Amino acid sequence: MSKPMARIHPRIRLVLAAIALVVFAFAAPVAAQAPHPDGPNAAAVKEQQLLQQNYLIQGRGTIADTRSYVVEQPLGRVWRLIQEVWLRWIGAVVILGVATLFAVLYFTLGPTRIEAGRSDRKIPRFKSFERVTHWMIAMSFTILALTGLNITFGRVLLLPLVGPQAFSWWSLLAKYAHAYASFPFVLGVVVLFLLWAKANIPTAVDIRWFKAGGGMVKHVHPPADKFNGGQKAYFWVAMLGTVGVAVSGVFLLFPFYWTNVMGMQISQLIHALIAVAFIALIIAHIYIGAVGLEGGWEAMASGEVDLNWAKQHHSLWVEREFGQGRNVAPPAGATPTPVA
Amino acid sequence: MAQMKFLCDADRCIECNACVTSCKNENEVPWGINRRRVVTIDDGEPGERSVSMACMHCTDAPCAAVCPVNCFYTTDDGVVLHNKDLCIGCGYCFYACPFGAPQYPRVGNFGSRGKMDKCTFCAGGPEQDGSPIEYEKYGANRLAEGKLPICAEVCSTRALLAGDGTVVAQIYQDRVARRGYGSGAWGWQTAYNETVETGTAPHRGD
Repeated sequence: MSKPMARIHPRIRLVLAAIALVVFAFAAPVAAQAPHPDGPNAAAVKEQQLLQQNYLIQGRGTIADTRSYVVEQPLGRVWRLIQEVWLRWIGAVVILGVATLFAVLYFTLGPTRIEAGRSDRKIPRFKSFERVTHWMIAMSFTILALTGLNITFGRVLLLPLVGPQAFSWWSLLAKYAHAYASFPFVLGVVVLFLLWAKANIPTAVDIRWFKAGGGMVKHVHPPADKFNGGQKAYFWVAMLGTVGVAVSGVFLLFPFYWTNVMGMQISQLIHALIAVAFIALIIAHIYIGAVGLEGGWEAMASGEVDLNWAKQHHSLWVEREFGQGRNVAPPAGATPTPVA
Repeated sequence: MAQMKFLCDADRCIECNACVTSCKNENEVPWGINRRRVVTIDDGEPGERSVSMACMHCTDAPCAAVCPVNCFYTTDDGVVLHNKDLCIGCGYCFYACPFGAPQYPRVGNFGSRGKMDKCTFCAGGPEQDGSPIEYEKYGANRLAEGKLPICAEVCSTRALLAGDGTVVAQIYQDRVARRGYGSGAWGWQTAYNETVETGTAPHRGD
């Protein structure tokens, strides 16, 4: 009854002592985690510290939507500032700037004429498949540009004119049109890439073409192949631009599949900035194609250009076409001479 | 007029999710939409904190600024509301919102999100106060009945405070002064460009 410990066998006591030692040895790190002198609450995470460490505060949530685990992302305010101020200024200055530049060009220099005057002979330039593809791109780009501009400028320019209900209805339509017009646009650009990439590889001729000012300087017509240096530069810039808007656009079409909220913000900004540059580029393209060069429009309309126009702007291409005996339409009223 | 604000005292929040559940129930919020959620920071670590977060009803709200169709408006009480009849579901408010408040019925591939839904501070929407159509579109309008948001009303530890900004800031300030610590008025700097001065002495070991 008395002194129970004394009755335990000495060897068992030794084993117990050894176990106690091991337990205390492992327990030591736990003992090292002494409570904070001011209690556990003083060690709590603080909002301001977390915001200094990272661009967002993220934790663990209990609902399926993992986006909701981001509790705070102050970058949203930066994105808002860019949307509200910078993007509108950049868009307006770039697009109106380029439009003004070409308007000035038209009224000062005027369109470049066919210097030798029109001949009565035509040379085929673009096949119907090429023209159909081109106009498919042109139509879808117009839809994309107008509906895209509506997102950035519609609230400022159109909403006060048509009222909230009509503007909301149009914007909803525009949103879906933008999402679906992207497919014929990208498809068309891929087709034109396959058709025209080879003819757009830069050569030494193009360097000379650029050095001569591309014929913008009057009465100088540097030799050019089917596509001149300027057209080749335009081709590759447009290809890069398409890749840019298409890739960033896919991120926007499938929101949050591959990225978080900052990724979505960046995708939208890249998409919008490239789009602004693209619209400016297309304004230049439309001016040169439809207004700036007499006879140029026909290349994409009927597909046949005036022979004198072709000699003036694409001399090497004409020589090659003739050399290969391609079908050049004879003068009106001419009768074919039978070959003996 | 009062400027309605939320303040979550993270040092009191016990992550019971009663605010989340009562919000869904009170407003008949559809599946997949969470107007309020609780996020735990440093979960399992010493000093972890849980924050109940919803729309903070920002002064100069980013969502309203980026909305392409201008469907947001701020009430006289400082509550940020929106018109679902005008919303086109573009998702821009979610990119701009610092608190992830805007919610959409669907994931949104090809712009198919549907009309945005978010916390209304239990203040309904632009329809007639207390009308069935208002309830269907925006949920309860407790504010029109003189009641505060259900999430704050049910909070068992009174961690989540809702009401006039100066009043809830004062309550928080007093608490911090009394207990000697506070992890901050979460989101206030970002939402209202103001901090609640708590005036606690720096702790040893901080």
